[in-house]
Amino acid sequence: MTGIPFLSLAIWVPIVGGLLALATGSDRNASAARFVALFFALAGLAVSIPLYTGFDVTTSAMQFVESYAWIPRFNIYYSLGVDGISVLFVLLNSFITLIVVIAGWEVIQVKVGQYMAGFLIMSGLINGIFSALDGVLFYVFFEASLIPLFIIIGVWGGPNRVYAAIKFFLYTLAGSLLMLIALLYLFMESGGSFNILDWHQLKLGMDVQSLIFWAFLASFAVKIPMFPVHTWLPDAHVEAPTGGSIVLAAIGLKLGAYGFLRFSLPIAPDASQAFAPLIITLSLIAVIYIGFVALVQTDMKKLVAYSSISHMGFVTLGFFIFNPLGMEGALVQMISHGFVSGAMFACIGVLYDRMHSRQIADYGGVVNVMPKFAALFMLFCMANSGLPATSGFVGEFMVALGAVQFNFWVGFAAATTLIVGAAYTLWMYKRVVFGAITNHHVSELTDINNREFVFLAILAVCVLVMGIYPFPVTEVMHASVNDLLKHVAASKL
Amino acid sequence: MSFAILLIGTFVRDSRNIVYFLTQFTLVGAAAVTIMTMDGQVNFTFSNMYVDDLMGDFLKLMLYFSVAIVLVYSRGYMQDRKIESTEYYMLAIYATLGMMVMISANHFLTIYLGLELLSLSLYAMVALQRDSARATEAAMKYFVLGALASGLLLYGISMIYGATGTLEISGVAQAIYHQAGNRTILMFGLVFVVAGLAFKLGVVPFHMWIPDVYHGAPAAITLFIASAPKLAAFAMAMRLLVNGLFELADQWQSMLMFLAVLSIILGNLAAIAQSNIKRMLGYSGISHMGFMLLGLMSGVVGGDRHFALNAYSSSMFYVVSYVLMSMASFGVVLLLSRAGFEAETLDDFKGLNKRSSWFAGVMAMVMFSMAGIPFFIGFFAKFSVLQAVVAAGYIWIAVLAVVMSLIGAFYYLRVVKVMFFDEPVDSTPLTASADMRVLLSMNGVAIAALGLMPQTLMSLCAYSLLGSL
Repeated sequence: MTGIPFLSLAIWVPIVGGLLALATGSDRNASAARFVALFFALAGLAVSIPLYTGFDVTTSAMQFVESYAWIPRFNIYYSLGVDGISVLFVLLNSFITLIVVIAGWEVIQVKVGQYMAGFLIMSGLINGIFSALDGVLFYVFFEASLIPLFIIIGVWGGPNRVYAAIKFFLYTLAGSLLMLIALLYLFMESGGSFNILDWHQLKLGMDVQSLIFWAFLASFAVKIPMFPVHTWLPDAHVEAPTGGSIVLAAIGLKLGAYGFLRFSLPIAPDASQAFAPLIITLSLIAVIYIGFVALVQTDMKKLVAYSSISHMGFVTLGFFIFNPLGMEGALVQMISHGFVSGAMFACIGVLYDRMHSRQIADYGGVVNVMPKFAALFMLFCMANSGLPATSGFVGEFMVALGAVQFNFWVGFAAATTLIVGAAYTLWMYKRVVFGAITNHHVSELTDINNREFVFLAILAVCVLVMGIYPFPVTEVMHASVNDLLKHVAASKL
Repeated sequence: MSFAILLIGTFVRDSRNIVYFLTQFTLVGAAAVTIMTMDGQVNFTFSNMYVDDLMGDFLKLMLYFSVAIVLVYSRGYMQDRKIESTEYYMLAIYATLGMMVMISANHFLTIYLGLELLSLSLYAMVALQRDSARATEAAMKYFVLGALASGLLLYGISMIYGATGTLEISGVAQAIYHQAGNRTILMFGLVFVVAGLAFKLGVVPFHMWIPDVYHGAPAAITLFIASAPKLAAFAMAMRLLVNGLFELADQWQSMLMFLAVLSIILGNLAAIAQSNIKRMLGYSGISHMGFMLLGLMSGVVGGDRHFALNAYSSSMFYVVSYVLMSMASFGVVLLLSRAGFEAETLDDFKGLNKRSSWFAGVMAMVMFSMAGIPFFIGFFAKFSVLQAVVAAGYIWIAVLAVVMSLIGAFYYLRVVKVMFFDEPVDSTPLTASADMRVLLSMNGVAIAALGLMPQTLMSLCAYSLLGSL
């Protein structure tokens, strides 16, 4: 591709916007900061759209490639490119950034410039993660994106925010530092290249593959998060401001899963095959056990956080059964979860802004005073529990089907999520929204205003369209997924 | 050479302002002379006691640069405390001279001479605040331990002289290459030299002076000690170990490995417990010097010198980056201090974001950079050192180093936490001169800019070492 470097624009437009928002300074210029943020969020989305419209769905090769020498001393390139897997996430990320800016419009009243800047800069960095084709460039974006979220949780978060922010930062850093060693090792093994695509072709022995697989696993498992290392997520979600939760759930969790597809599977295919049973077991534990954990939560945000872990278990399950249905289903699930979990957190944010409580017990009968909100919230809850005709169904169904092909009992276990997921989500919905008005705080609630209606409605449209007609999404990823599976099937030993 | 200008600077004893500007002028002049005489050749002068090569030139330029910045930062602080005397600038200039001698020495005695000139100036600088018991105690401690280290170094030098019959660094290298002298004596000499060196770098187990001196000395002096002398100590390590005792690399590498690993572990663990920011930065400095040594210890693998350039230049890049970060961090400490008030404890940083978003941002960048988070220069410093370590095959050391930097990240994050997440306990507006504000801002921006574009500095480090190996 020649012409306009859309990927670079998708990275740097939001970052520049973020710096400008920072430059607006104190809260006297808060509205200036908001409009700067809105403008650059829109611009960021605008420059991402050509990535989709100009995308060639017939090839699995990298597209929109840009490559410049960055640090020639270590052979590091500023090289970007997207394939059918990553392009969707660039779009999702730019889209969610816009939602977050709108969602924080009036809610955030202190240090507005810094808040908006944090999200814009994070958006640019995350686009960088999804489009980096150089190991160091990837790592740099991966790590740097921790800083904005750390600040966002710590400054605008809830009462226990400091603990949550530091826990979030250290957990993720712990994983990624091991990845750094793996990157350096691959650099040496490949004779001095940091190019990820070169690494895909690199022959490696089983021992080396295993070590590399574990190093990457340490990083990505924390980020996803997978079962034993998931404990940072509920804390981070509960304490984060609404915008932070939306981004974390919609995009943050996808980074780890994306890392599997970009690094672990193609670089260490034999180790991936060998350790697949382990990952599948962990995924099933996440799906079932964490699903039950979600059932007993009394805090709405915690409930959705656990449900996210459970859904991400589905994603890793889909990856490691190594069939096209499973992998595409997992990717659809990731995109869908981006919309649905983002919307769930946005809805909880709407309630929280009014009541300053996330406890399910403090609510009840919301439908009587907030009918518009109740309708939209219902849709998202349905999607979260995987009801047909919503986006949540497509991904879960595809993965479950793929899992049945792989092994009936694995598929059976995975499919229980449809029951457990429905149970915890709808039960929460029932307790919060339905019934009689339980206390006078609820009776004083006002329905959503136009701003809130707009961003929830946009998300609702996305959820429905993807649920009814997922083809535009699956079409894009098809070639890349097949190629990746072929690559994983071929031994590198 | 550039000594002449330096000496003139010290003889004029008019008012403080004149001395201050004269000092700065001296540094600029010295830099100009260094640039003018830079020719890429290795020149020996003063009957082979002194060498002028690219590594020396580069380090000296960094040295002038950092001393000049340090003086700008510390001026307001010293004025507020009425200790900004002519002596301060004189001592700074003498210390600089000492460091220049160390950087360019080609003789064990020249190194020793430069080192003593530096150390004696530093002892005196620590004690400048005469009415402070803490500073005096720190100076005393520094002096006693420093004298001991000098003694160790001298003892080592004398043994090396006994074994090789010469003190000229290139001569020693030649003699060892030809298997001259008694190996046992040579080894003893090496141990003492490394011990003396370790003291000057402040690495475990020769680090005891660092926390107390950093804590006790006036913050401006701590800033001085924590910046430029690290460059000189690196140069000293290069001259002694690489230029002089390269044949014994296997031996001193295993010593350095021991020192480096201990420093990284102890520095990071001890820093967690500190509530005083100067002490914390002291311990963090110990771990940074440990990291720097990691580069030095990966130069020769089983007799193969192929990696040497890469490894040593990564160390050099690390030390230059560290000096840059260290200056900025203590710069912020100085910025927050004012007459009668020392911004020493973590609490003094509380809510800095509310008082000055910009300088809170600068400090946050420095902290993230020190923790090795990208896009800042500290990440690439760690990156290049780790790359050298992995290339040399010490993967477990690399893993240990990253685990420890994870622990390190915790206390750096704590500083960011108090600045951004806590409410200010003290809302006095910041009083600092415009030149300090501008320079500190530039220092912060440089940490980010060099993180985005590290190539130039990395290549400069590698290029300047080419001639000296």
